[in-house]
Amino acid sequence: MSPLALPVLIPLFAGSLSLLAWRWRPAQRGIAVVGTAGLLVAALWLLVEVERDGIRVLQVGDWPAPFGISLVADLLGAIMVVITGLIGLAVALYSLATTGRGHEAFGYFPLMHLLLGGVAGAFLTGDIFNLYVWFEVMLVASFALLTLGSEKAQMEGAIKYVTLNLLSSVTFLVAVGLLYGLVGTLNMAHIAQRLATLDSGLVDVLALMFMVAFGIKAAAFPLFFWLPASYHTPPVAVSALFAGLLTKVGVYALFRVFTLLFPHHPGYTHEILLWGAALTMLTGVMGAMVQFEFRRILSFHIVSQIGYMLLGLALFTPLAVLGGLFYIVHHIIVKANLFLISGIVHRLRGSYRLERLGGLYRTHPWLAVLFLIPALSLAGMPPLSGFFAKFIVIRAGLEAGAYGVTAVALLVGLLTLFSMVKIWAEVFWKAAPEEQDRASAPGQGELWLMALPAAGLALCTLLIGLQAGPLYALVEASAEQLLAPERYIEAVLGVEGRP
Amino acid sequence: MEAVLAVTIGILFAAAIYMLLRRSIVKLVIGLILLSNAANLLIFVTAGLERGAPPLVPRGMAAPAWAVADPLPQALVLTAIVISFGVLSFAVVLVRRAWELVRTDDLDHLQDTDR
Repeated sequence: MSPLALPVLIPLFAGSLSLLAWRWRPAQRGIAVVGTAGLLVAALWLLVEVERDGIRVLQVGDWPAPFGISLVADLLGAIMVVITGLIGLAVALYSLATTGRGHEAFGYFPLMHLLLGGVAGAFLTGDIFNLYVWFEVMLVASFALLTLGSEKAQMEGAIKYVTLNLLSSVTFLVAVGLLYGLVGTLNMAHIAQRLATLDSGLVDVLALMFMVAFGIKAAAFPLFFWLPASYHTPPVAVSALFAGLLTKVGVYALFRVFTLLFPHHPGYTHEILLWGAALTMLTGVMGAMVQFEFRRILSFHIVSQIGYMLLGLALFTPLAVLGGLFYIVHHIIVKANLFLISGIVHRLRGSYRLERLGGLYRTHPWLAVLFLIPALSLAGMPPLSGFFAKFIVIRAGLEAGAYGVTAVALLVGLLTLFSMVKIWAEVFWKAAPEEQDRASAPGQGELWLMALPAAGLALCTLLIGLQAGPLYALVEASAEQLLAPERYIEAVLGVEGRP
Repeated sequence: MEAVLAVTIGILFAAAIYMLLRRSIVKLVIGLILLSNAANLLIFVTAGLERGAPPLVPRGMAAPAWAVADPLPQALVLTAIVISFGVLSFAVVLVRRAWELVRTDDLDHLQDTDR
């Protein structure tokens, strides 16, 4: 039996169970932890199989490849699903302590499962229209999660988020329709095969439409405005889930589409990506510099970090793609963790605004250490995971001779450090201000439940930093797979490669 | 027929973008509705139109001997209509809720309500 469909089925099943247990709070909470843990286990199983046996394919309903929907797990897909499971589990545990009765009554847990199912589906599908459907599953769940509690502060961000993401979906849908009109198939491997022999100007136009659609999802320059407008408003567990996973689905889709479907004119498409990457890095970090609210700073940093991943894709050398993938893995863990920690700070002091925070180093030194690990990793300090991620990308940039962009990447690393030190100094180091928001003292159990997932993710960051070898080898193999799309096509369509 | 539909789609897209750029939030939602309809119509047309030729295979044959309509884009459009219906109804509820809380239909007044 193949575990390929499990990462999609488990969250959807857990979500349905959770819906049935709508009024029974302990059951919902139990299902949340068991469901996400199950997702992680299934994903790890899948990763082991994919690493051992190569690309795994499941033809849903036993329809042969170009006619039915194929689920495909190559190394990239499997790695992404594992990370999804990891973040899902961390956020599920964390939200046991933070969500509260009000939000749970609005269906927080079923929506969380649905979101995870959509994300896993997007990572595993081998059919371009099916990818659109998973994007929508994810999007609808995220709409509802973003407006959970529907407070006044959430409306502005929600309207921007909904509008721009709908615009992105429509662009994606139009591109899929035109692509179907051009090649007459929806299976990604089959499309790749047909596009390779097709010489039409329309192909580049389609490539750009996909770039815009996924660029909005990935929050790349100049399409990122929805992200800093909305990510600081929902409950903090939701913020962490979004920050870790959602934009990275867009980045994943860019990696998939520009290595499998449109690798033919890199001089044109990847040049645009390169400029986009540089400007994404710069604008994101500049935006963060002027913010004085914990989660807003972190949101802008998501944007700037997306630039590094796109840089890896845009340079399009084996080392650069490897660096981009390494960066995705590192970034998801670190960013989700930083949001979790911002939530702990908020629970202790009742505010996200830097001028109302302070003195936490004196009262909670463990929290300060917990914050420093992902914060320094984000800035790229050795020996943490971010150092290796940045090192590989920058090295690839130098080898490819893209000195301008590499200089930007280095500068942005420095400015990221500045931002993180700003948070550190304001929240932890300076004396507590006179005027503070009131917060009830959290119970010991509650605090443990919040700190445990954060500590687990920090441990992952440390381990990746200290033992970068295994992950490097895994990501290297994955980059090789991405740059040799024939193998993907062969795995999906069979060796003879139906015409 | 394709030419007429192509022009219609173009007009729909233009109208949708005009509505999206208005300041009123209700008009923004109307723009989104037009936009998704334009996209649906576009998918419907891209695979080519065949009049009165349902894609049914006669008994005893492996494939129909004459040109038939491609059923796949129609299936795609059905899926897309269902999805956009769900998403747009969410958008309408969101706008209603935003009106209740912020008491404005002007996007410019929605600035800085998130503090």
